[in-house]
Amino acid sequence: MLIVERDNHPGGILQQCIHPGFGLKLFKKELTGPEYYTEFVKEAKELGVEFLFDTMVLELADNTLICANGQYGITEVEAGAVVLAMGCRERTRANISIPGTRPAGVYTAGAAQRLMNRQNRMVGKKAVILGSGDIGMIMARRLSLEGAEVVCVVEIMNYLAGLKRNKVQCLDDFGIPLMLSHTVTEIVGKDRVEGVKVAQVDANRRPIPETEQFIECDTLLLSVGLIPENELSRGAKLQMHPVTGGPVVDENMQTTAAGVFAAGNVVHVNDLVDNVSAESATAGRSAARYAKGELKASDTLDVTVGNNVRYVCPAKFSPERGGKVDFYFRVLAPVAGKVEIIARDGDTVLARRVAPYVNPGEMEHLSPDVTGARSLTIEVKEV
Amino acid sequence: MEKKIICTVCPTGCEMTVTGEDGKVTSVVGNTCKRGEVYAASEFSDPVRTLTSTVRVENGAEPLVPVRTEAPVPKRLIPEIMKLVNGITLQAPVAQKTVVLENVLDTGVNVVTTGECD
Repeated sequence: MLIVERDNHPGGILQQCIHPGFGLKLFKKELTGPEYYTEFVKEAKELGVEFLFDTMVLELADNTLICANGQYGITEVEAGAVVLAMGCRERTRANISIPGTRPAGVYTAGAAQRLMNRQNRMVGKKAVILGSGDIGMIMARRLSLEGAEVVCVVEIMNYLAGLKRNKVQCLDDFGIPLMLSHTVTEIVGKDRVEGVKVAQVDANRRPIPETEQFIECDTLLLSVGLIPENELSRGAKLQMHPVTGGPVVDENMQTTAAGVFAAGNVVHVNDLVDNVSAESATAGRSAARYAKGELKASDTLDVTVGNNVRYVCPAKFSPERGGKVDFYFRVLAPVAGKVEIIARDGDTVLARRVAPYVNPGEMEHLSPDVTGARSLTIEVKEV
Repeated sequence: MEKKIICTVCPTGCEMTVTGEDGKVTSVVGNTCKRGEVYAASEFSDPVRTLTSTVRVENGAEPLVPVRTEAPVPKRLIPEIMKLVNGITLQAPVAQKTVVLENVLDTGVNVVTTGECD
């Protein structure tokens, strides 16, 4: 087992996620990011897993990685199976095309998090945060704790993008207002951000000009979504999922290239690291079986996305291999009341569960037994 | 007195209505597990939070090491604890679970490192 890592240390993004909230499902306690990954790094080292740090993978073809490393130069790594775990990248100002000047002081929330939590650099004194995703709210708290003023969190949708508990602990605790159905319409400032213009949006998420107001600040943080980082996957010609932006995988987390598996945020953006770990364990186990020649190739069926479901992961499954499969999915629209989550093969219900509410920011799951199924639809119905 | 409290024990975020007088709870409605009831009582009388931050490290591979309170501490003490945390400078190497503030402000809780620095 070899882990190829572009950073100089294992742990990935969890290194800068110093806040608690990780591991509630898996370890039944509230760990911080560094505490969470330490457990896995320890285990990996004990099992003799090797690491190749400061190394960038440039290309993946036929289970061979072409890597660039300062010490070894261009290096080829041949593998019996490959697991892709590149994670995701933040959407930037350019991705959402915010008009205005281009002053210093505009950061993605994750970049600001790295600067503050790993590099000991403060990003500003008075901030507006665009996007109510978890990283944005967590950075609102972090900035407040370190003495900055967070004027408001602006969210274009009419509902919270992140977890409710983060609103309580990160915004309400510090008296930071959340402006739903609002967006930043312009960035103002010559050398440094001097303020932003914020306007209410209509039902089609278009700014209403007469509601525009100027908010003075020196920093704008963007928490406006994540995109799976898939240059390698596209280069390897893997089938990509049009909704998630990650590779299409089956119930073993195998992509459309035999022997190439994928797990975590590179496949679809997760809100809980515990789910990433569960999915990664499936990918790892399957990759080991493939390398040993034990993973049976089989025809797969596509999961049908039913009522109020945005996407389902895995998007394919094998009825022949069958068994209970954990399907993770997100809803399209929030429902405040009770809903029924159903997995069915035609008219035959394979699994069902009642949930007290659903929210696009919180991933749902269902684990039907798909042995011999002729089709699979996952849907959410109000009850 | 009635208070609306959103539970933060787990990501479900149950919306609870807590009734009580002088910090004593008489009823909790809306929770879906026992932990929610315990949280509601604490949130009603004296809310507590786990504080996480960073501490400066000198002569290390990284300039900072992350820290946390080992257990939740009263929310009202957090600004004071942050001042103490920001006053600390450690010398590398620093191991994980090093106590950097013992029994901080007599809460009975230690502030410890959650990462390490070589």
